[in-house]
Amino acid sequence: MEIVHPDYEVRYDEASSTVTCKGSFRLHGDEYTPVLDLLLKAADAMPALLTLDVRELQFLNSSGINTLSKLILRVRNHKVTQVVVRGSARFPWQEKSLINLQRLLPALKLEIA
Amino acid sequence: MKQILGNFIEPQEGHGEYLKIGFQPSSITLQQRWHNNGLSADFLAGYMSTFFPGGDQASTARQAEIKDAISFIANELLENAMKFTHSSSHHTVTIEMFLDVDAIKLYTVNGIAPDKIDPFQQFIGRLLTEDTDALYTEQLERNAAGENEGASGLGYLTMLNDYGASLAWRFTNLIHDGDDIALTTMVRLPV
Repeated sequence: MEIVHPDYEVRYDEASSTVTCKGSFRLHGDEYTPVLDLLLKAADAMPALLTLDVRELQFLNSSGINTLSKLILRVRNHKVTQVVVRGSARFPWQEKSLINLQRLLPALKLEIA
Repeated sequence: MKQILGNFIEPQEGHGEYLKIGFQPSSITLQQRWHNNGLSADFLAGYMSTFFPGGDQASTARQAEIKDAISFIANELLENAMKFTHSSSHHTVTIEMFLDVDAIKLYTVNGIAPDKIDPFQQFIGRLLTEDTDALYTEQLERNAAGENEGASGLGYLTMLNDYGASLAWRFTNLIHDGDDIALTTMVRLPV
C-alpha cells in the first residue's frame, strides 16, 4: 500500500509491518486524509511490532505532527503493538519533535541515528 | 483598539537586517497558497542561514538547526495567517524576519474576522499561562478524538516546546477595512 506524490511518499509494507514516510509533509488539513487512512490501516492490522521509518522525512508541518500522532494514539488504544520509530539526526526537527510521540505512548522506542 | 498578549516587541523596520514579503490571499486558492507558503518559508530559512556560516562541525550543525527551525516556524506562521485571514479581507498578509544579536524575530500580519477573536484570545491565554507540555498532549488527544474544530494551536505549541521560542500577539483595528482586525503574531527564536 503506498501513496506517491511529487513532494512525499508513504508506504505500508504489511510483510514487515513497516510504515515509511519520505519527503516533505506540508499538506493542508484534509489533504492528510489518505495518509491518515494508510497509517490507521497499519495500526488496525495490530502487528506485534510496528516500525515507523521517518529517516527520509525532511519536513513535517503541525498538521503532519497531528496525523502521525493519530497513528500512535490508535496503536495505544489497541494495546497490542510495540512501536519503533526510526529517525535521522540529519533533519534537526526529528531530534526536537519525535520525542513527543513517546509522550503519547511511553513504551514507544525511538531510534535516531 | 489595540490589544497585546504576551511580551510583544515592536518590529524595528529600517534597522539592521530584515526581510519582508507580502501576499494577497484572495489572488489564488488556499491550496495553491499552501505550496507557496512552503517556498516562502524555505526561502526565509535559506536566506537567514547565510548569516550563520558553516565551517567546522559545530557551526555547520548550528546553521542546519537554524535553517530547519526558521523553515518550520515561518511555514506555520504563514499557514495560520492564510487560514485565519478574513475571506473577504483585502488586507495584504505579510511576513517579516529580523536578525538581532541574540535572536531571530518573525512577524506575520493578517486580517482576522471579529468573531474569531474571542476564542483565539482565550486559547492564547492558555498558551501563556499553562504548562505547554501538558497542553500539547491534550490537544493531540482532543484532535484524535475529533473534539477540536479547526485550529488546535499545535504549531504554536511546537514552537514553544520544541524550539524554545517565545510568542506574542497584537490586535489592532484596520482603519481602511471595515471592522476587520489586524493580527500581528511575533515569534522570537533565541540564537
